Amino acid sequence: MSSVESQALYLSLNVAARSVLFTLPIAIAIAWLLTRRRFIGRMLIDAVVHLPLVLPPVVIGYLLLLLFGTRGAIGSWLLHTFDIRLAFTRSGAALATAVMTLPLMVRAMRIALEHVDPGLEEAARTLGARAWDRFFTITLPLMAPGILAGAITAFSAGLGEFGAVITFVGNVPGETQTLPLALYSALQSPNGDVLAARLATLSLSLGLCGLLLSECLARYLRRKLGQPSAT
Amino acid sequence: MTRLTIDVRKQRGSFQLHLQASLSDGGVIALFGRSGCGKTTAVNLIAGLLAPDSGRIQFDDTVWFDSEAGINVPAEQRGIGYVFQNARLFPHYSVIGNLRYGLQRSRADVRIPFDQIVALLGLESLLNRQPRQLSGGEQQRVALGRALLSQPRLLLLDEPLASLDQARRDEVLPYLERIRDVLHIPMIYVSHQFEEVIRLASEVVLLEQGQIVAQGALTDVSLKPELRTIIGAEAIGAVVRATVYSIDGDTGLAQLRLGSGHLNVEAQGLTVGQQVRLQLLARDLILALEAPRYLSVRNMLKGIVTEVRIDDAQAALVIVDVGGVLLMARVTSSAARDMQLRKGVMLWVLVKAVTLRGHVYAGAQKQIGPL
Repeated sequence: MSSVESQALYLSLNVAARSVLFTLPIAIAIAWLLTRRRFIGRMLIDAVVHLPLVLPPVVIGYLLLLLFGTRGAIGSWLLHTFDIRLAFTRSGAALATAVMTLPLMVRAMRIALEHVDPGLEEAARTLGARAWDRFFTITLPLMAPGILAGAITAFSAGLGEFGAVITFVGNVPGETQTLPLALYSALQSPNGDVLAARLATLSLSLGLCGLLLSECLARYLRRKLGQPSAT
Repeated sequence: MTRLTIDVRKQRGSFQLHLQASLSDGGVIALFGRSGCGKTTAVNLIAGLLAPDSGRIQFDDTVWFDSEAGINVPAEQRGIGYVFQNARLFPHYSVIGNLRYGLQRSRADVRIPFDQIVALLGLESLLNRQPRQLSGGEQQRVALGRALLSQPRLLLLDEPLASLDQARRDEVLPYLERIRDVLHIPMIYVSHQFEEVIRLASEVVLLEQGQIVAQGALTDVSLKPELRTIIGAEAIGAVVRATVYSIDGDTGLAQLRLGSGHLNVEAQGLTVGQQVRLQLLARDLILALEAPRYLSVRNMLKGIVTEVRIDDAQAALVIVDVGGVLLMARVTSSAARDMQLRKGVMLWVLVKAVTLRGHVYAGAQKQIGPL
């Protein structure tokens, strides 16, 4: 593996992992709200979460620049208060990836939550368990198969996030040049064909492995919990 | 002593539930009615899993719900135990983990220790198993143990046997009887099987289309026309308490003392001095104005008619007092007319011994509380 490849692979893994860790609690909270609660504005939240699916990724990147750029409303506050810079950094790439994979995560968490019988939570209530206690001892463990499967799928998708990332944080080798960005650069350069093919193969294998792993894990855990295997 | 006072209303779609009852401290109270009459809703209101639209629920000195005062104690703080129709065991905990879940969260003193429950419900060999490895009956026993170990002040059972086949029911029922006789926890038992009610309950609340149509001691309610509407002419019959008086080893018959007379039943499984509950099906009783002779029937009880009730176009229900115990016979209207049955008529009630088998339920060895 050449240094370009390994660097891009490392960056992709790093960005995808951070994005998953960041979105996971948010996705679980949103999924819980959307499946278990009836409130005004529920449809709006649902729609906003799913926006990245229908908008061109460039638009998301542009919106992120507006909000989180060094002169953006949130970006300048983060920079001046916590000295956190998001534009043109690895963390920014993770944020862009997180926003793009959020719909995927929320969807997976909703399916995970639908596998949890509310009757078991009721049973826990009658046994004296309060809300957070119930959530951590009953709901979350029973969501585990779906959470793992969703996290791996989102991770695999995050490895290849392109449009929003290149718009928000650019294509800086060693900082924001993830696998798809490196592939794009390789295609742009006159002698990059071989590198492009190798990067493409790498992406393909990673994606395939991720999907297979997520399915196997989910099946194994569901069997262990005695849940139906359908996803 | 009154322990639970309820007066609540709940609208669900076009269905209006009105529950008004005060339940005293007397063992098992059965909430009986057909499917869809609102039994489960009623229990969920008591448990706090559902909030009534209006009304008040009080248990001992604690107000659980009061719509006017804005009180609604959440289910997890009511100190109730709840056994659901399907066991609802936590699949990611072992049997031990399930049993301890409520015990660890109980805010009451431990009156019911872990080891006692394990022994009472025969759970020793199941402790390290996973819920999915258990049979339906075993799951329900674990669920019962789990609810009891949360040290409840009141145990709610919502058709705990309904999802089991007959063999499994017969397996679990004795455990329920044992819990009732040993632990002295007030229980509300929801059922649409009158057999279960006969075996377990001391008091019955009859529910029809969201309304309480009758309530009282099991022996009284068994004679009520409202029960007849629910369980039908074939299953109606007086439920009585009797003591095993003697057992004849030669004939294999046990003699029960009932009112001023005696009743012979198959002795199998009975011991002298034991309290039994039995249901004498109204359709199995024969009435005679004179003491008949030359009959194969062994059981004859002398009595006096207290009430004759038209049951339907073909039949009448006759209530007979046989020395302090009321029995009910279903006879054809023409027989009632020909025999001129009315209040005050003296007659004999004939019961075939064999028809009693299967309708005798062994009560507690030591009867506790009033029946």
